[in-house]
Amino acid sequence: MKVSMSVNGRQVSGEAEPRTLLVHFLRESLGLTGTHVGCESSYCGACTISLDGKAVLSCTMLAAQADGADITTVEGLAQDGELHPVQEGFWERHGLQCGFCTPGMIMSAVTLLEENPEPSEEEIRRGIEGNLCRCTGYHNIVQAIEYAGARMRGEEPAPAEWENA
Amino acid sequence: MYPRPFEYVLPSGLDDALDALDANPGAKVLAGGMSLLPMMKMRLLSPEMVVDIGRIAGLDQITDNGDSISIGALVTHSEVAASGLVGEHGAALATAASWTGDRQVRNRGTCCGSMVHADVAADQPAAALALGATMVAASSSGTREIAAADFFVDTLMSALEPNEILTEIRIPKVGAGTGSAYDKLGRRGGHTDYAVAGVAVSVTRSNGSVSAATVAVTGVGNRPVLVGEVADALVGSDGSDAAVEAAAAQATCGIEVLEDLYGSVDYKTHLAQVFAARAVKAALASAA
Repeated sequence: MKVSMSVNGRQVSGEAEPRTLLVHFLRESLGLTGTHVGCESSYCGACTISLDGKAVLSCTMLAAQADGADITTVEGLAQDGELHPVQEGFWERHGLQCGFCTPGMIMSAVTLLEENPEPSEEEIRRGIEGNLCRCTGYHNIVQAIEYAGARMRGEEPAPAEWENA
Repeated sequence: MYPRPFEYVLPSGLDDALDALDANPGAKVLAGGMSLLPMMKMRLLSPEMVVDIGRIAGLDQITDNGDSISIGALVTHSEVAASGLVGEHGAALATAASWTGDRQVRNRGTCCGSMVHADVAADQPAAALALGATMVAASSSGTREIAAADFFVDTLMSALEPNEILTEIRIPKVGAGTGSAYDKLGRRGGHTDYAVAGVAVSVTRSNGSVSAATVAVTGVGNRPVLVGEVADALVGSDGSDAAVEAAAAQATCGIEVLEDLYGSVDYKTHLAQVFAARAVKAALASAA
């Protein structure tokens, strides 16, 4: 069957089996391998993308269900060589170690800040409850999202904790 | 992990969807897919046909019927959690929806889907029981209404027939003096993940005493159930902490508590009592 959707601002279409999962359509048909396949059982959030502005699990959705949707993946965040504030935050605040969870974590954070531009630390932690990270202990990820939130509000981010030490 | 191959049907109207179910007894209905697709990926389930109701107009609304509210088959957990109407008349359900799965799951998964999946540890079925919800099931021969109390039959089994679609959940509106609440311990701690034990409560206060109560328990047995003993002990009491705790001590009356990875029979029995007391107190506070 033929499926069509907007991915990172570009209209795309391709052939998919009914059982083709959206994450495989993105990675294998469109070559967008930034979105990761993690647990495959809707627990880890590594496959998180933005679908019509909402964080969803691309491994737990048929490509057919995304027909006509407006999708953003991690590849669609940087504009004209400039990192998205959330990507910059993960860089500046060391929000990743191995990097496997990072694309999903970033897409979760981007949609969270779109919905709630000034989240509290608790709201950030709750907002990324669907994204598992086995390296960082989450602390620096929360700092990265706080950094990004400040940047997106036009504020100066608080100094990194290690600068106060 | 791919599901096994299946025929995919995308009906534009409810009648077409119901015809497809009639013609294919092995068909499964797909809405949000947060329970169905993981089961298909793990090949616990391999339907010959998937009927995707995701684009049927009119099923994605929460509507005010005057004396009740309806939650359509495509309304997501996020939408239930954020709904002012659900918050006003079914706070227990709004809370349960806000604690279902995680943010990504809540953006796709549906309230009706959670009901028909009938997981033993799901949050929202307990709220539907406590709120006295009615399930509206459509088939090609018409619609029938099923009381929530008759809907949850056994583990992963609802009263829905294979050729039926749960098109809406109807919740009676409540007036001043009635309040509801849900509380639980999640498997990942706090309120996160499925309930190790969860309790939903609706209470009505009048003239300083509790005049009506319903209490439903999830997570501890083979299905979410109403526990009449707790409700009976509450009704007629003054709603004091002592009365609530005495009533909550009966939280697992009539339930065969099952041990699982998350707790022993004793532990889950204890949790049900603790969360029954907490949920009753919260419901009483909101009914004041």
